[in-house]
Amino acid sequence: MNLLRPILAAAVSAAWVAGAAAQELKIGLSAEPSAMDPHFHNLVPNNALTKHVFDRLLDQDENQRVKPMLATSWRNVDETTWEFKLRPGVKFSNGADFTANDVIFSYCRVPRVENSPSSLAINVRAITRMSAPDPLTLVIGTDKPHPLLPNELSNVAILSAKANGAGQVEFDRQACRNAGSYPKTEAFNAGEAAIGTGPYRLVRFTKGDRTILERADGYWGEKPAWARVVLRPITSAGPRVAALLAGDVDMIESVPIQDIERIKGNPAYRVVQGLSNRVIYLHFNYQADSPPGVADAGGKNPFRDKRVREAIAKAIDRDAIVARIMGGVAVAAGELLPPTMFGANKEMTAAKADPDGAKKLLAEAGYPGGFTLVLATPNDRYVNDGQIAQAVAQMLTRVGLKVSLEAMTASQFFARRNRREFGFWLAGWGSDTGEMSSPLKSLVATPNRDKGMGTTNPGGYSNPAMDPLLEQALATVDDTRRAALLAEASRTVMADFGALPLHFEMTTWAFRKDLAYTPRADQYTLGMLVRKAD
Amino acid sequence: MSILPLETQARETALGRGWRAFAESRMAVLALGLVTLLIGVALAAPWITPQDPYDLTQLSILDNMLAPFSQSLDGRSFWLGTDDQGRDMLSAILYGLRLSLFVGVAATAIALLAGTTVGIVAAYFGGRIDAALMRLVDLQLSFPAILVALILLALLGKGVDKVIVALVSVQWAYYARTIRGAALVERRREYIEAAQCLALPRRRVIFRHLLPNAFPPLIVVATVQVAHAIALEATLSFLGVGVPITEPSLGLLIANGYGYMLSGKYWIAFYPGIALLVAIVAINLVGDRLRDVMNPRLRR
Amino acid sequence: MLAFLLRRIGQSAFVMAAMALIVFVGVYALGNPIDILINPEADQIEREQAIARLGLDRPLWEQFWIFVKSAASGDLGRSFVHGVPAIDLIVSRMPATLELAFVALVLSIGLGIPLGLAAGVKPDSFVSRTIVTGSIFGFSLPNFWLGLMLILLFAVEWKILPAGGRGETRTLFGIEWSILTLDGLQHLILPALTLAIYKASLVVRLAYAGTREALLQDYVKFARAKGLRPSRILGVHVLKAILIPVVTVIGLELGSMIAFAVVTETVFAWPGMGKLLIESIYRLDRPVIVAYLIVVVALFVAINFLVDVIYTLLDPRVRLSEREA
Repeated sequence: MNLLRPILAAAVSAAWVAGAAAQELKIGLSAEPSAMDPHFHNLVPNNALTKHVFDRLLDQDENQRVKPMLATSWRNVDETTWEFKLRPGVKFSNGADFTANDVIFSYCRVPRVENSPSSLAINVRAITRMSAPDPLTLVIGTDKPHPLLPNELSNVAILSAKANGAGQVEFDRQACRNAGSYPKTEAFNAGEAAIGTGPYRLVRFTKGDRTILERADGYWGEKPAWARVVLRPITSAGPRVAALLAGDVDMIESVPIQDIERIKGNPAYRVVQGLSNRVIYLHFNYQADSPPGVADAGGKNPFRDKRVREAIAKAIDRDAIVARIMGGVAVAAGELLPPTMFGANKEMTAAKADPDGAKKLLAEAGYPGGFTLVLATPNDRYVNDGQIAQAVAQMLTRVGLKVSLEAMTASQFFARRNRREFGFWLAGWGSDTGEMSSPLKSLVATPNRDKGMGTTNPGGYSNPAMDPLLEQALATVDDTRRAALLAEASRTVMADFGALPLHFEMTTWAFRKDLAYTPRADQYTLGMLVRKAD
Repeated sequence: MSILPLETQARETALGRGWRAFAESRMAVLALGLVTLLIGVALAAPWITPQDPYDLTQLSILDNMLAPFSQSLDGRSFWLGTDDQGRDMLSAILYGLRLSLFVGVAATAIALLAGTTVGIVAAYFGGRIDAALMRLVDLQLSFPAILVALILLALLGKGVDKVIVALVSVQWAYYARTIRGAALVERRREYIEAAQCLALPRRRVIFRHLLPNAFPPLIVVATVQVAHAIALEATLSFLGVGVPITEPSLGLLIANGYGYMLSGKYWIAFYPGIALLVAIVAINLVGDRLRDVMNPRLRR
Repeated sequence: MLAFLLRRIGQSAFVMAAMALIVFVGVYALGNPIDILINPEADQIEREQAIARLGLDRPLWEQFWIFVKSAASGDLGRSFVHGVPAIDLIVSRMPATLELAFVALVLSIGLGIPLGLAAGVKPDSFVSRTIVTGSIFGFSLPNFWLGLMLILLFAVEWKILPAGGRGETRTLFGIEWSILTLDGLQHLILPALTLAIYKASLVVRLAYAGTREALLQDYVKFARAKGLRPSRILGVHVLKAILIPVVTVIGLELGSMIAFAVVTETVFAWPGMGKLLIESIYRLDRPVIVAYLIVVVALFVAINFLVDVIYTLLDPRVRLSEREA
């Protein structure tokens, strides 16, 4: 049978040549976008897809630093007022000119998308005033200083006011005036509302099968290399790799770890990988007097004892997890945001494993014989999540803790975690804004509904030294000072072992060797940024 | 032998005759041997496996995904390789087999009990009760088992007990129908009528007369259903709604290996698959032969 | 005939209603889909608003009442995940599943009847015994395991067929079919074979038993005595006799094939209804789960009815009303 291989390989490479000549790029996606409506579902697959068709006011580069897009520049008039200068000469795919009115219309629609399971409203919530002194100037006001505004606006797609029948929109937090009736999500899926200023325009969006995009003529930015981009969701990892190797697609995202070596070994393909904004971490239930799953702990909540948390941290061999389970495609983590990002501590590296030290700490804390605990984990959400949790359980077992594992599908995991049914769990956190404030605010800040703090801190961790630092940072517009405050807040939590970071996931892409792609921390796969290799 | 009461002797020879008929097929005898062997190793798994795959202290992540016949860091050898957790595949397969067989047998036994009860009640009381129960049976049987079990488990969550519940609820109807059919025939016979005339208690009529006579077809159905239950459990675990990942059955072992199969690490999915296949085929072969032996129409 | 049809429909409507209630309540009890759908960065306020947008803040009985009311007018609710009517989503995935089931059906008959006939003609020969024992293997093989092995052989080892996905499609009657393109057919063959083997084994056994029985019948003996060619006896007289049980079983099994497609579609990443169901279960997309079940029950009813009609055509002695009585 091996005789057949060279012949088949030749046939396959002939297919590539044909594909390249056709100026068509076919990409295998790891998750299916749920809609073409850019305001419908605020998740990576949707945001990446809609970015082909709809530009944002501001963009994020591959390290998630904010840069100009439809706005060419922006400045703070004062601490609560921002002025954006818009790009002249930009046209929507229906021929209409892009003006500040389109931005206002788009931000007005964001909180009002029917049936949206997760809207982008949080990105425009800070806005209290919005006006357009002239068609290419936009002024946005907030109640309090809100340094994250540019980051947040870089997530929100701009629609055409005119194409959707709106007049001169007047912003009002309750209900904007003159906005007409906002387009429905189905209108985007069907194509009639899919009118943006982006590098591509929609040809066809077929659920479960593929999305076909065509290069938009007269795009204001750099002309993309591909006349046609086809995005196919192939959610199972094995078939996705098989599709690449068979020449069905030219590029895939999220290469399964066990296949990376094999694809790298094949001279016809290339693999690139980059640090993502997602950390995998362990977190504790501090609130319950006897946390679910914990037993033989003398009737106390052992997680409230810092020595216990430190012991758990020391028991874990992050390097072994990275090497053996993540196949080297991850970086052991010392805090909750990768060192290259805003507000991170560059010198924070992952602690080395120290099982003896862990045993000693447990004994000091009054648990020389360990105690019983359950580690909860999703097993289909993060890269190799179930296996990571099993490895953690193995490592904790070796320092004398009696660990059992409760692995479940993501939907059950998140529902149960939010109901506080776990004592100790593994999860992941990706930072959309690319700033340290994101993990701190959600994972370790003292829960507070009105401040939007601690939304993913169901265990109720509370650090009175950290909270004020974070709040101060969130109100500091000056970037240098904010970064320093965030870094200090992060060090405070890490020194207290409030949550235990394990590693940062890396995102991988594999493609034909005549292509090139720069890895992105936001994990987006963007056809317009795929280049032809020199 | 001679000290046994006469009745037992008679049964012995009936059994002997049955066995001779069964043994006419060498394939069936081979299959029966295999089934016995599999049950044996499954029961003995904790004592004969090199490793307890459920005990986290015995696993080392550093030994993961080793090919068959490779050695661990501390010099043990893994005949069938290891999986992504560093579990010895041979041990994992024997424990998985144990779990799969347990689930299959337990589910079948409970379903047999429940189905028999329903079937006998229906047959004995007849009339409206019979009609209502049989309508329920028809309804249950008109839905594919896989779909019912899948939805049930999606609602119930993971766990060995829940898998058994799901399997029982898709299987009971087969027994109910089988025994009701057989019992209906028996009910019309004179001896039951005689028993009723003698005013024997109903319980006695059911358990001493109805049940023993309706039993042979049940045995055949039950044997085949054990194989079905094992296959169904494997399928459900493969789809991610069956047993929990820390204590894998054969189906879950295969599911774990699926992701690695395309990468050339075939052993993680392949060997558990072979074990599963052998178990199911052997049980089916035995069941098939039993059907032939117990079906008087085909008896030569 | 009409009364029979009406009774069937009535019964099925009852089943659908009961099932919808159970699944509705069951999925509700499982958890809140918002927990998995929402962007983790969302705060408490956005969470509450999203829950309200999907109507999940209302009490369960009210949610169910709204569902029943709109279901009565043919609207089975909107997918939580996709934001479009659940029924549209299912209908758009249906052709993929139907063509898979149909090709599998053709394969199972095409393989099963000739093999069963061959085995039945000389029941004691080696070939016959191999076929009959082989059929036991055929229905012992768990569907997913067979699929994996086919992928391992044809896609990984020999690299002659694709490992999954649906391939190119071509539009006919406004629907995309992959059966009409070469690439589509290549993608179709392995999943269809996986789905077909189990049924093929059933057909083999039925055809085998039927042939053995038919060969002993008087009319076959007469035909032989008359000097008809054996191929004609088999191809016409025996085949006719075994067709009735085969059609019945196959018809009834078409339903289970659509159900088993859930497994096959998962293994082969085939974008059909079954895969949609699994995805919806994982994401607690209740409207889609409920709508899928309702559609499938309706499909079963339609198939069963068709089988009955074909049955009467094949065997004039059977009348629908009689069978039902």
